[in-house]
Formats: sequence, C-alpha cells, structure tokens
Amino acid sequence: MIEQLVTCFIATAGFAILFNAPKRSLIQCGLVGTLSWLAYILLLEYDVDPILATLAATFLVGVISQIFAKYYKMPVIIFSVSGIIPLVPGGLAYNAMRRFVQNDYNEAIHFAVQAFMLSGSIALGLVLSEVINQTIRKKAPPLT
Amino acid sequence: MEIKLEQPTHEVISVCLLAGQIMLQSGAETYRVEDTMSRIAASFGFTNSNSYVTPTGIIFQLDRAGSAQLIQIVKRTTDLQKVVAVNGISRKLSTGEISVMEAQTMLHQVDIEAHAFSIGFQIMAASIASGCFTIMFQGGWLDFIPGMICGGLGYSAFVYFHRLVKVKFFAELVAAFLIGIVSFFLTSAGMGQSLDKIIIGSVMPLVPGLLITNAVRDLMAGHLVSGLSRGAEAFLTAFAIGTGIAVVFTIF
Repeated sequence: MIEQLVTCFIATAGFAILFNAPKRSLIQCGLVGTLSWLAYILLLEYDVDPILATLAATFLVGVISQIFAKYYKMPVIIFSVSGIIPLVPGGLAYNAMRRFVQNDYNEAIHFAVQAFMLSGSIALGLVLSEVINQTIRKKAPPLT
Repeated sequence: MEIKLEQPTHEVISVCLLAGQIMLQSGAETYRVEDTMSRIAASFGFTNSNSYVTPTGIIFQLDRAGSAQLIQIVKRTTDLQKVVAVNGISRKLSTGEISVMEAQTMLHQVDIEAHAFSIGFQIMAASIASGCFTIMFQGGWLDFIPGMICGGLGYSAFVYFHRLVKVKFFAELVAAFLIGIVSFFLTSAGMGQSLDKIIIGSVMPLVPGLLITNAVRDLMAGHLVSGLSRGAEAFLTAFAIGTGIAVVFTIF
C-alpha cells in the first residue's frame, strides 16, 4: 500500500514533468495523483465496481484540483490532468489490443469495452465536479 | 472603455487568435480556448465575438459586422506551462494591466518558449515514471529496473523518431515496437518476472490518456466536432501502440 502510494506520487510528478507543468506545481500534481490512486484502491478493496471507483476517484480529483487551482492561482487543467494519470486504463487498452492480435476477439471486446467505460467515467467524474463547483459558485453570495 | 474601443481591431483579432492557437497547441480543452478568446475580446469592448474552435483550426470573428479570421493548428502537444502563461496574459489584459501591443509581444515570447525541462531530464522522468507504473500495476520490484529501461528507451525513441519523421503515428509505432522487443529480451534473459506488467508500465508515457479524457469532455460540453476528432486522434495513438506491441507478439 505504502509502496503503491510512493510510486504513484513519483509517477504522477514524472508525468507532470513530461507535460511541462510549472515547476512550482509539481509537488501538488503528485499529491493529486496520489490521493486519487488512494481513493481508487481503497474503494476497490471494499469490493466497489472499478467503474464506480474510477468515477469517485476522478470526482475527488476534480474537487481537489479546483481547490488547488483557486489556492495557487493556476488553471484547473494542470492538476486535473496529473490527477487522472494513474486512473487511465492503459493496462486494459493494452490487454484489449493484445487479445485482438491473438485472434481472441471475445476477450478483446470485453477489455476494450471496459477501457472505454473507464475513460468515460473519468471524463464524467471531472465534468460532474466542475458542474457542481459552478452551481455552488453561482448560489453562494459574492464574497469579494 | 472609450479609450479601449479605439484599439485597432486587427491587432485585437491577432492577439485573440495567437492566444487561442498557443492554448490549443498546448492541449487546452476547446471550451477553455473559446472562453479565453472571448474574454480577451470582451476586455477591449467587443462583447459579440464569435469563435469556432476545432483541434485543427480556429475561426474567430470579433464583431457581427467584421470579417472572420482563420488560423490553422498543425501540431498538438501537451504543454501546461504555456496554458498557464496564456491564462495569465489574458487575465492581465482584462484587468487592463497591459496593452494590446504588450500582450502580443508576450504571447510571441510564450509561443517560441521551449520546454522548461531538457530532453534528457524528460526521458529520465519518463523512465522513472514507467518503473513506478510497473509497481502500481502490481508488478514486483524485480520488474522495476526493466520497466525503467524500457520506458526510457521507448520515450527517447518516440522523441527521436518524431523529430526525424513528422508523423506522430509512426513514431509511436516504432517506440512501442522497441518497448515490446526490449522487454521481451529482458524477461527472457531473466531480468524481469512478468512481461505484461513491464510493457504496460513502459508504454504509459505514450498512452493518450489526456486525449481520451479531453475528447469525452468536449463531447459532453457540446463541442461535437472537437470531441470526435480528438477521439479519433486518441484512437489512432492507441492503435499505434497496440500494433507496435502486437508485432512483437506475433514474431515471437
């Protein structure tokens, strides 16, 4: 568990470097990724469906990214992009492709649909948190 | 506002288009690009601006009466630093801190700015991230070093071939093929336990995760054309990676 979180932090920060995120945001990017992965594996341990777990984890990413974006005065996209990296179903997509090549179409379609559902739920989670953030902002009395 | 309205319109248009172009090339979402452009236009008093943004081009019109201008987007990468920089410039413009001319020079500077990290550092980051991904996908620590080697090699191959041939699809294919073949040899030489985990970990830097997510977000936001074309790009990339790996599997 600990090793998973540590490696996740490093991997996410590494990706933030590849995406040329501003240097002062690297730590925060890693943090968002680690938190989302933590939420994801915790939910999986409680036998939650992977799609639902991904949705919840990305929703969390969205919320944290929005808080960070406000606090550090940077666009939300920096944090949300880094946060979803651990959740991207690269393994599933790979498995699907591999099965296709081995002429195992049944399994291939199975993996491909799963990968598609997962990426859909990633996007849905992000959009959901954004929409909720916007409605809260509109309802709240102006502070400034 | 009176003074601002006297700004020459073509300069305002070119600032808007340049900002949009940089953002779109750097991987910003479509709605953010449209939002930034209309905000910049509004800060000069043009509240009726219209824009049509797709991943391959922007059409922008400042006023209902004026003519529309078009800009083509050829390369698309992910460069968050530039998105932040353009965002900052547009914010300064709307508060009136800088003029159009200043904004234009600043945007030009942002446009030619290179990646903040050197290529070697990026490759190192990619290889470490690949190693870490191998662990995250429940691989053993024995797979860490092979994952790092393959990931770094794959990413450097991608960068090199992308410079050599301007076709992204081909660069990804070659990189994935290299990853597959090297990890196959490493595991058969006894340096790693599970071939799958190593390959998955090391192709992660190439996987179009951001593209897929942006595609679905664009679709949900109603930018149907952008969503579909981004989705096509993501599919092409995934297909390239899959094919590259698949070739290795069919050979051995």
